[in-house]
Amino acid sequence: MRGLSLKHVLILLLAVVLVGLWASQAHAQEPTPIPVTDDQVNAIAKQLYCPVCENVPLDVCGTQACAQWRALIREQLSKGWTEEQIKQYFAEQYGARVLAEPPRQGLNWLVYIVPPVALLLGAYLLFRGLQNWRRLAQEETVALAEAESAEEDKYLKQLEEELKRRGD
Amino acid sequence: MEGLLMNEHQNTPTPVENPQAETQRKVGWGRILAWGALLALLAVLALGLRRTQEGPVQVGDAAPEFTLTTFDGEQINLRDLRGKVVVVNFWASWCKPCEQEAADLEAAWRYYQPRGDVLFLGVNYVDTEPEARAYMQKFDITYPNGADLGTRISQAYRIRGVPETYVIDQEGVLRYAQIGPYSSLAQIQSQVDALLTTSP
Repeated sequence: MRGLSLKHVLILLLAVVLVGLWASQAHAQEPTPIPVTDDQVNAIAKQLYCPVCENVPLDVCGTQACAQWRALIREQLSKGWTEEQIKQYFAEQYGARVLAEPPRQGLNWLVYIVPPVALLLGAYLLFRGLQNWRRLAQEETVALAEAESAEEDKYLKQLEEELKRRGD
Repeated sequence: MEGLLMNEHQNTPTPVENPQAETQRKVGWGRILAWGALLALLAVLALGLRRTQEGPVQVGDAAPEFTLTTFDGEQINLRDLRGKVVVVNFWASWCKPCEQEAADLEAAWRYYQPRGDVLFLGVNYVDTEPEARAYMQKFDITYPNGADLGTRISQAYRIRGVPETYVIDQEGVLRYAQIGPYSSLAQIQSQVDALLTTSP
C-alpha cells in the first residue's frame, strides 16, 4: 500500500511538472503586443474616410467617432494585422465607401477608366482640330496666292498686249 | 458600275471597296459609339445624383427590408416580423443626442415587451464594438442591438445622421420617422399605441 502511494505521488509530481511546463510554454506563445507609433496609425488612417465626417481623412478628423476608429487601427496593428487586412476589415464593417481608393470592381471601374479615356479623347480631338485648322489655313493661303497670281497675270497680259499694240 | 470591277477570267463582277465610303462608315459608327458611351455615363451619374439627393424613406412606403446580426449573434430579418410593430432606432456610442433618448427607448421597450407584439431594434451606426457594448451597458439596454455591417441598413433607410428612429406597422409599412432624439417616453408611446389601436 505504501509502495503504491509513493508511485501515485511520483505520478502526481510528474503531472504537475508537465502541466507547469505546458503552461509556461503556452504563456510564452501568447502574442505580445507590438509597439505602434502614431505615424503607423496615420499612414493607414489617411487612406480611410469616416462616413460621418465626409471628405475629411481619418488621420486629421477630430470627431469622437474618428478617434475610436484610430484607436481600433492601433489595436489591430499591435496585434500584427497588415495594412490590407485592416483596410479590408473597415470596408467589410462600414462599407467600401470608407476607402479613399475605391476597390476595382463593378461601377467603380468608371473612376479608373473614364478620366484617362476622356483625357486621351480630348488630346486626340485637339490634335485633329489643330491638324484641320492648319490644313485649312494652308489651303486658304494657296487659294489666295493663286487668285493673286491669276489677277496679276490678267493685268500683265493686258500690259503686254498694250505695249505690243503701241509698238506696232 | 461604280465600285465594281469585271474579273477578266471569270467574267463576274468583283466588289471593290470604296476607301472613302469605308472611312465614312467607320467614322459614323465611331460617333454612335462615342455618343452612346457619353449618354451611358451621364445616365450613371444622373442615377447616382438622384440617389444622393433623395431624402429619408417616406412615411407610407414599404419599409426597406434588412437583416440585423445582433451583438449576441442572432439574426433578425424584418420580413419575419410581420404582425408586430417594429421600432428601428439608429444610434452610435459617440452620438450625444442618442444619450438623451436611450433611457426612454429602453423604458418603452420594457413597457411593451410583455405584450409580444412590439419589437425594438437598435442599429449601431459607424461605431466600434467595445464602445457600443459599453454604451449599452451604461444605459442598461436590453432590446436586440447589432452593428450596421457595411452601413447597408442605414443606406437603405437613407439616414442623414443619428439618432433616427423608424416605426414600422404590422404590415411592414413605415408609419413614423423620428429624425433626431425623442423628447419623452410619452412621445414614443403615442406613436406605438397609434399603431396598436389600429391593428386588425
